[in-house]
Amino acid sequence: MDLHLLNDTPTDVERAAVDALLGPPGGNGSGPGHGRDQLLPALHAVNDRVGWISRGALNHICDRLSIPPAEAYGVASFYALFALRPRPPRVVHVCDDLACRARGSAQLCAALESVEASGDVMWLRSPCLGVCERAPAALAFQAGDPARTQLLAPASEKSIVDMVVSGPADGDQEPSARDSVPQAGEASLRLLRRIGAVDPESLDDYRAHGGYLALRRALEIGPAEVVRQVSEAKLTGRGGAAFPTGRKWEATAGQPAQPHYLVCNADESEPGTFKDRVVMEGDPFAVIEAMTIAGFATGCSRGYLYIRGEYPRAVRRLRNAIEQARERGLLGRSILGREEFDFDVEIRRGAGAYICGEETAIFNSIEGYRGEPRSKPPFPVEQGLFGKPTVVNNVETLINVPLILTGGGAEYARTGTADSTGTRLFCLSGNVRRPGVYEVPFGTTLRQLLDLAGGVEQDRQLRAVLLGGAAGGFVGPDQIDLPLSLEAVREAGTTLGSGVVLVFDDTADLPALLLRIAAFFRDESCGQCVPCRVGTVRQEEALQRLVRNRGDGADDLALLREVGRAMRDSSICGLGQTAWNAVESAVDRLGAFTARSPGTGGPAHVDD
Amino acid sequence: MQPSHEKPRKRELDPERNHHCESRRGGTVDLGLPRRLVELTLDDRTVSAPEGSTILDACTALGIEVPTLCWGDTLRPRNACRMCMVEVEGSRTLVPACSRRITDGMVVRTDSERTRHSRKLVLELLGSSADLSTTPEVAGWMAEYGADPGRFGPPAPGEDRDERPPGEHEAPDGSVAATVHQPAKVDNDLYVRDYGKCILCYKCVDACGEQWQNSFAIAVAGRGFDARISTEFAAPLPESACVYCGNCIEVCPTGALSFKTEFDMRAEGTWDESRQQRTTTVCTYCGVGCNVTLHTQDNEIVRVTSPHDSSVGHGNLCIKGRFGWQHVQNREPRP
Ligand SMILES: Cc1cc2nc3c(=O)[nH]c(=O)nc-3n(C[C@H](O)[C@H](O)[C@H](O)COP(=O)(O)O)c2cc1C
Ligand code: SF4
Ligand code: SF4
Ligand code: SF4
Ligand code: FES
Ligand code: FES
Repeated sequence: MDLHLLNDTPTDVERAAVDALLGPPGGNGSGPGHGRDQLLPALHAVNDRVGWISRGALNHICDRLSIPPAEAYGVASFYALFALRPRPPRVVHVCDDLACRARGSAQLCAALESVEASGDVMWLRSPCLGVCERAPAALAFQAGDPARTQLLAPASEKSIVDMVVSGPADGDQEPSARDSVPQAGEASLRLLRRIGAVDPESLDDYRAHGGYLALRRALEIGPAEVVRQVSEAKLTGRGGAAFPTGRKWEATAGQPAQPHYLVCNADESEPGTFKDRVVMEGDPFAVIEAMTIAGFATGCSRGYLYIRGEYPRAVRRLRNAIEQARERGLLGRSILGREEFDFDVEIRRGAGAYICGEETAIFNSIEGYRGEPRSKPPFPVEQGLFGKPTVVNNVETLINVPLILTGGGAEYARTGTADSTGTRLFCLSGNVRRPGVYEVPFGTTLRQLLDLAGGVEQDRQLRAVLLGGAAGGFVGPDQIDLPLSLEAVREAGTTLGSGVVLVFDDTADLPALLLRIAAFFRDESCGQCVPCRVGTVRQEEALQRLVRNRGDGADDLALLREVGRAMRDSSICGLGQTAWNAVESAVDRLGAFTARSPGTGGPAHVDD
Repeated sequence: MQPSHEKPRKRELDPERNHHCESRRGGTVDLGLPRRLVELTLDDRTVSAPEGSTILDACTALGIEVPTLCWGDTLRPRNACRMCMVEVEGSRTLVPACSRRITDGMVVRTDSERTRHSRKLVLELLGSSADLSTTPEVAGWMAEYGADPGRFGPPAPGEDRDERPPGEHEAPDGSVAATVHQPAKVDNDLYVRDYGKCILCYKCVDACGEQWQNSFAIAVAGRGFDARISTEFAAPLPESACVYCGNCIEVCPTGALSFKTEFDMRAEGTWDESRQQRTTTVCTYCGVGCNVTLHTQDNEIVRVTSPHDSSVGHGNLCIKGRFGWQHVQNREPRP
């Protein structure tokens, strides 16, 4: 194919950044990868090195990978972490999403607005950075060789201004993952039991804490028995849709087409979700062991771990875990000496696109295409990554599997309720006294969970809880005794989603939160289908009218319902289908716009 | 079949077509075996259709009208516009008729309150954001489904949309409805890209890319409402990989892509389809023998299309067949 590149050449630095990833050019295609699936890593390489992607750099990538430049541009311009225009090497992303708003992100932005502009640094508002338990949060990127990143959470006005001025520090400045688990050390913990107790950088320590017993067990009993135990345990997906994992595995294992792929979904971009990050930072080997078992059970020899681009520490720890596991023969060929079992894991970094957590969008993203969801059927178990049978599982789902194997499926199913077995990780954030990841059996009530987290601050009243994230829904104080099981929340017309429990007290500005949610969906829609692409825009506009008391409120509520219904009925994927859930629940359950009074009394607050 | 620009396209129940498309992609060999019949219920009628047919194929065979925009008779379904949504029993959401294959015992409703609501909203969302004045059929559908795009507020004025970054936007105030209105791109003598009319159906991208032309001059760039059809870095067409085959114009359902002649005549107010004649003939430039349909107004060729059912090119032409007809007109090129 004649690529017909624009007439721009890369700088030496850009060229070197790409060639460091792909190997020297002209290397007869024997480098680590020369396929289209190297596009996202190559874009990262340039963006990390220079801070933005120039025409010359894109040309060089296209030339190396034989990708038409219009398509590569289409891919690069899909991701929020990439810039296609000159940008300073230091970029600070300041979260102004729900939990951070409840914890003062507005003051951070105000403080930054007073800092004088310079050519070397800029700051941006960001959607949820996945550290809501330490809100308000900011993440700084410094392009270079090597690129540096630093997460600042909780950030103060002073620390964020310092960060902007002096850039990300060297080395890991973050508190231990243990600090994100208020229950750490308690005997009741299962999924979180090692966090804080185990050295996340050490395979030996992981083994000393029971690591890799489950993989041995799996190899003993064989793939079919592993799948059977997972089915008997009635494990359901924790990524949002709660699909039975055993059924998914069985369907994939039985596909004649080869090879099969495993994708561990660590994109975790649902606002208010941070449990997978805490697990990956605090117990990374558990994720790798669980992936290995899943690969064994479903006949995959290759697994991809797709992790959101805003999780630098988790990436570092997982890379280390993968390297150590390889060195010890726990990844690679003939694992644990078993001749016919080869399995390896490749990390793929996302680049700022919530939609890439959708199970088919993730395939396109890995393959080097725009992260647009595919139409189903065919389902991933039949035609997934690279068109082959693929299992996609969430991080939390996977780390349940070792527990199932060591204790047995039937034993596992004794925890929780009849239809929701096991424990669940919940992400508590917002106006609670002890935010963090909590592990409780399914069926625990919302009240019990809030009590664990210390409830709202003294002298404050609970106003609302956002359950399940932006794609979930609000519940009011009247529903505080709701048992958190799949069946109970379904009956109550809501969802547990990715385990978000975002708490708002009576200081919360409900209309402003709804505006933020609407803006999030408008920003994160991939743009493929009309109901979502335009519907999310019309939703935000109508909400703005309601909040600003423009026009007749009744008309706009009716409009929201009609648009919401079409998005739910006719969007391609879960993003568009759920984009109206939270707003609807706030209108119906919390009376957000009843009698035209902005939710909390007081003047409507508007962010311009 | 008629070019997609014009009157209702005639669709035939032709499972081979889908098969054919796939064979170009995946290299499966079409053995042409007779197909098993699948029985389903379509609007309370029990019918059977060959396995592999889509719901749309089955509807067309029965004469049931399902509106479509992004579906193209020569392209693989993209499922993007969601105009063709129908109800299928047991499905939580509506499903796209244009791509969903029929299965045994499927119960389909094409004209329920739910499908009508969805179509009305899709029309309103499109009509309020893009200029549909040259999209055939849409005015009729608007009336049929009671769509009123104006209820989202007055349209926002046009502006350049080429460099909108993903994941951020300026908060609206609700006083106007955001649109894709923007200046038309006139950067060559042959055709114009007027993306204020674009509904992002992906057809031009597919026609330019692996499904037909293999030029890959254009792709979708950006994200969400800011997604748009673009060359790399929005470079002008003459700098891109475009070979001016015009196959993208052939498939564009909205007139966002049009011959420069048509664009100019519309601007002058002289474009008048009722005075146009069409003559289908064979292109004489080379031995391939593509069919060309010459659209003439006042004895001048104003546009060239190609019949989609032609076994030679399936509606595709090259620059010569599409644009190389100045020499047959005894006049100076248009100023
Ligand atoms: C817009 C959207 C975003 C999603 N993001 C994630 C995510 O970040 N992580 C995740 O595990 N699942 C996410 N999902 C759910 C996945 O599509 C899929 O159901 C899940 O990864 C399957 O794994 P599980 O069965 O283990 O839950 C998302 C779904 C949608 C529609
Ligand atoms: S629903 Fe939204 S995110 Fe999903 S495919 Fe459609 S436009 Fe893309
Ligand atoms: S004229 Fe042909 S090559 Fe140019 S953009 Fe259209 S389809 Fe592609
Ligand atoms: S220009 Fe035409 S063919 Fe291309 S996406 Fe827009 S409406 Fe579709
Ligand atoms: S990190 Fe800010 S809301 Fe999650
Ligand atoms: S015609 Fe079916 S989705 Fe567009």
